[in-house]
Amino acid sequence: MFSVEVNHILKTYGKRAAVNDVSFNVNQGEIFGLIGPNGAGKTTTIRMMMDIIKPDSGDIKIMGEKLNDNSKNKIGYLPEERGLYKKMTVMDTIIYFASLKGIDAPLARQRGEELLKRADLLPHRNKRIEELSRGMSQIIQVIITVIHEPDLIILDEPFSGLDPVNTQLLKDLIRDLKKKGKTIIMSTHLMNDIEELCDRLLMINKGRAVLYGSLAEVKSNYRNNAVLVEAAGELGNIEGVTAQTPHNGAVELKLDAKTTPQMLLERLVKKGIVVNRFELSTPSLTEIFIKVVGDEHE
Amino acid sequence: MNKTLLLIKHEFIGTVRRKAFIILTLAFPLIALLGILAGQVLPGMIKTTTTVEKVGYVDQVGLFNQTTAENNIHLILYSTEDAAKTALEQKDISEYFVIPANYIKTGSIQRYTLTTEIAPGSAVQSAISDFLLNNLLQGNSPDIIARAKNPVNISSTTLTAGGTPASNQGGFTAIILPYIFCILLLLAIFTSSGYLLQGLGEEKENRVMEILLSSISPRQLLAGKVLGLGAAGLVQIVVWLISANFLLRMASASWGSVLGSLQITPEFLILGIVYFILGYLLMAILMAGVGSISPTAREGQQMSVIFIMPVIIPIYFITLILENSDSVAVRILTFIPLTAPITVMVRSGISVIPIWELAVSIGILILSVWGLFVLTTKLFRTYLLMYGKRPDLREIVRSFRES
Repeated sequence: MFSVEVNHILKTYGKRAAVNDVSFNVNQGEIFGLIGPNGAGKTTTIRMMMDIIKPDSGDIKIMGEKLNDNSKNKIGYLPEERGLYKKMTVMDTIIYFASLKGIDAPLARQRGEELLKRADLLPHRNKRIEELSRGMSQIIQVIITVIHEPDLIILDEPFSGLDPVNTQLLKDLIRDLKKKGKTIIMSTHLMNDIEELCDRLLMINKGRAVLYGSLAEVKSNYRNNAVLVEAAGELGNIEGVTAQTPHNGAVELKLDAKTTPQMLLERLVKKGIVVNRFELSTPSLTEIFIKVVGDEHE
Repeated sequence: MNKTLLLIKHEFIGTVRRKAFIILTLAFPLIALLGILAGQVLPGMIKTTTTVEKVGYVDQVGLFNQTTAENNIHLILYSTEDAAKTALEQKDISEYFVIPANYIKTGSIQRYTLTTEIAPGSAVQSAISDFLLNNLLQGNSPDIIARAKNPVNISSTTLTAGGTPASNQGGFTAIILPYIFCILLLLAIFTSSGYLLQGLGEEKENRVMEILLSSISPRQLLAGKVLGLGAAGLVQIVVWLISANFLLRMASASWGSVLGSLQITPEFLILGIVYFILGYLLMAILMAGVGSISPTAREGQQMSVIFIMPVIIPIYFITLILENSDSVAVRILTFIPLTAPITVMVRSGISVIPIWELAVSIGILILSVWGLFVLTTKLFRTYLLMYGKRPDLREIVRSFRES
């Protein structure tokens, strides 16, 4: 069973389609990345998954069923637009939002204290939200998101506005949650976060899904039939290589359509070249992103 | 616990802890208490004048010479106007009046004073009036003279169709209670629905809305807010009613004649509670709708005036309602949901409202509360997360149709 199944959802605002026929599945226990430029439709997609907005057509299943009161309690959601009741204290805030997820006060207090301690925020537990810094209150929001130990956690741009220390804290937390078997969906426009954390991804641009699959699959699909070679001495002219570009101390060799990397390796060996490193050149997600989005623009 | 109940609790506690709410709730009993105490203390403080005032007069009819001393006012006859004027200038008298020769025909007299005043003092006026009457009715028995001074003391009884005295006898005391109640009702409705509007605006501004909506449905959110704040408003009304009960008892000592006859009949109480609840629900849901489409709390408050005006309208036309309580116009006000609560409460003070009218009025209110609840839930879904921009009317109508 998939943790999330999204089938052909469509949402239009006026004449503009914010999300246009998007489908994807999220496996249990994986970290799934939702990427795309600003305004691509990531937040709208997430809001439809949370039943905050209704899609014009298409359907969404969360843990095998339509979202209901019971399954809402099993989801933790960190919205992109973040905020809390300014006048409430940290602990009261945690307890109140936990209660809306069906957690009683003593348990919420206990878990809240543990999480605050982990984030070094325990001394602030009786302060009002308005007394905290922006980063601190964002961490409080993350705590609220996971306080009820949800099976599915949806994080919309979780790292925006966080300093490096808190970013690391949150990344560690996300990895921990994955270890505990939780499913995590995170949206971001920062490709590095995806490469670092995600198992699979969906790229949206202008409301349409443009890339979908595991990180490795996506990268291999965008492999440009090139090889990175680090060798002693000059390579010289090699049959089947159309271009040579230096790349971080190595050389990237572009191959023509008839040549496979295996054939190239044989030719290098025949030429008596000492090969220190030989690997398939895969573009970074950033390059793929720019390529895909660039293509769309044309 | 049920999520709607949690929300009701949260909103209720949040409201009754507000300083403004506590101050408003306690202010009314305190102000009334001060009024009552003032009523007990002030009469002792105001000195009644015991000095004798001398008023001159000139009688050109030649009929007025009896009973020239009335309480502390002594009337002194002058033979000519000039003599009276001289006496006034010399401050022998404080004022004088002339009874002209044609007084019997016209009834008018001319009064002269040195001080500028809005109207003749009531003591002087009644002294002159009594003096004239006493002289005009010379020869009649004192009883008849006394009766002529105060010829009628109407006490009316409203009979039912069957000829028995009706339970509601109308009159000033019958009206004062609905009037006070209307003021309190308006205050309670406006404060709690105002809090609702403010709360929604704040939640939009501080972006809590999205977290709330990820845990509960728009319907639960609306119901929880409306009922939680309504419960707080009800507490306010109950505090006022209970303290009113005590205060009335205290008041009957000093303001006895007016307030002592005030009675809260069970019918009035039931109508009051029914219309408070329905009126509040209607207002609160409207405010929630306004709150959901306005980007900030402040803008919401400005928009809410559109709905507050109709509720107050019956207060402006209160005399009209009192004098024509069975007219078609008043009936229409009884049936329009926004004007119904106040209109009905005012009418109930003065006359018995036919059962069918009450049934229709309450029926329409319940239907509009339900209809608005459904519509507002849809508005919530569409607009609660729309920040910084207010949708125009066409968009709102379209979103109703789409959802």
